[in-house]
Amino acid sequence: MIRDITIGQYYPMDSIIHKLDPRVKLFATLIYIIALFSCKGIVGLIVITFFLATAVKLSKIPFLYITKGLKTIVMLLLVTTIFNLFLTPGKVTFWHYGILKITDVGITNAVVMTVRLIYLIIGTSLMSLTTTPNQLTDGLEKSLSPLSKIHVPVHAIAMMMSIALRFIPILVEETDKIMKAQMARGADFESGNIIKRAKNMIPLLVPLMVSAFRRADELAMAMEARCYTATEGRSKMKPLHYEKRDKIAYVIIISFLVIVVAAGIVIPYPQ
Amino acid sequence: MNIIKAINLVHEYIKRDEDNNVSGITKALDDVSIEVKEGDFVAILGHNGSGKSTFAKHINALLSPTSGTLIVDGKDVLDPTKTLEIRKQAGMVFQNPDNQIIASVVEEDVGFGPENLGVQTEEIWKRVEKSLKTVGMTAYRHHSPNKLSGGQKQRVAIAGVVAMEPKCIILDEPTAMLDPNGRKEVIEAITELNKKKNITVILITHYMEEVINADFVYVMESGKVIMKGVPREIFSQVEELKKHRLDVPQITLLAHELKKSGLDIPDGILTREELINALLKVSQQ
Repeated sequence: MIRDITIGQYYPMDSIIHKLDPRVKLFATLIYIIALFSCKGIVGLIVITFFLATAVKLSKIPFLYITKGLKTIVMLLLVTTIFNLFLTPGKVTFWHYGILKITDVGITNAVVMTVRLIYLIIGTSLMSLTTTPNQLTDGLEKSLSPLSKIHVPVHAIAMMMSIALRFIPILVEETDKIMKAQMARGADFESGNIIKRAKNMIPLLVPLMVSAFRRADELAMAMEARCYTATEGRSKMKPLHYEKRDKIAYVIIISFLVIVVAAGIVIPYPQ
Repeated sequence: MNIIKAINLVHEYIKRDEDNNVSGITKALDDVSIEVKEGDFVAILGHNGSGKSTFAKHINALLSPTSGTLIVDGKDVLDPTKTLEIRKQAGMVFQNPDNQIIASVVEEDVGFGPENLGVQTEEIWKRVEKSLKTVGMTAYRHHSPNKLSGGQKQRVAIAGVVAMEPKCIILDEPTAMLDPNGRKEVIEAITELNKKKNITVILITHYMEEVINADFVYVMESGKVIMKGVPREIFSQVEELKKHRLDVPQITLLAHELKKSGLDIPDGILTREELINALLKVSQQ
């Protein structure tokens, strides 16, 4: 189960989405999230679905691989759906028992919220699957570079993020190993109530933290040994410059947002 | 010309208790003097805690000596303005391949060093190409390091150092975490660098087999250099090595045992061919 986390893992493939400038992809993700949470109405959702499906198709990444990331948020999804479904007041009540009730608004909310969360995960995983952490860093650094004028350490933040992403799979593997090692010594991660289970995680978390710190220390040393100083004067192996396809992508993204917002105004949900 | 010259190097780790009082001093390096000629393949042998890794980190200016001098490529490691130049000339490869690969694509990681040096983009690509070719990893350039074997990861790490075009590479137990195949791959890559590119190599290890082809060997124990010489000299002293709980290559050990039991063969046999020739000579007599 623990290996199923796909967020932050690059999936190498030769596709147009992979080749897009990371700034475009970051911008697209931002617009996509805005569209997702501001859209009102079924037409907007259909447009978003179409947009997402096209992006997934173009990325050439197997759809099932992308949805692996969903497994980790199943609990969150269930909770959101149940709360929305049973606790939203509405005009027409189909069923009620104590404070629990199912209403028309509740059903719409539950469906929309679930779809939004699923789309959110798929959309953001798609971005991280098609962009290497280094590209992501470069994109962030470049997009946020105006902030460095007011002394925000943009480069350092971007570097930290990319390293965090690079180490996710390694730490996941390590968690797996420690888990097995502790289970071999009789640790129990599966049974008991939630508090007991949380307590049982301590023999997993402590060694994991210790090893993460040791790794961080070694990595910092390795970076220093390779002349990294986190200051000006670095050059780029893959400098960013916009190509024609990036400009086209910007146009598509902007028109996508306009369509979604317009659809929400023209045809809102049935009230 | 000596590229590395260490004179009476001392490094102390100071232990402090909770009130920040000194509770003990460990001498990780104790009066170490080592010289490395440019273009040589030098091996430093020793157990864990013998100070060999501490010494390696001094060459790269990651640690500074408590006393003594260390000159790397004509620059004093104690001069903070020279630190970057020293690191550029003396690249370092560490033990754990996972903890030294920064990027998530092989070629981007190899380009990390040159990027830090501010090398022009086209030149970075040329260097990445060349370095990957040197270690035989060109086919994997677009792969994610997580999907490579230990030996392959370590070769990527070596390529990352080679791309900075250093005069000297220090390898701090690069094979300790690898299986025999990975170990062989890495040692072959290092030997190739030394022979073909004429890069000075300092190999820190505790595998005796890896140092047979070295030009010079230092043996360290508890922070001191206890033996030094060409491999043949070192390995002819089997009893002395055993006293320090160090192994000798299997062939050498076999030859030594044969000699002890009365056969007339020379000391310091390192390879199979040498042993065969020696035995043939004995049988002809």
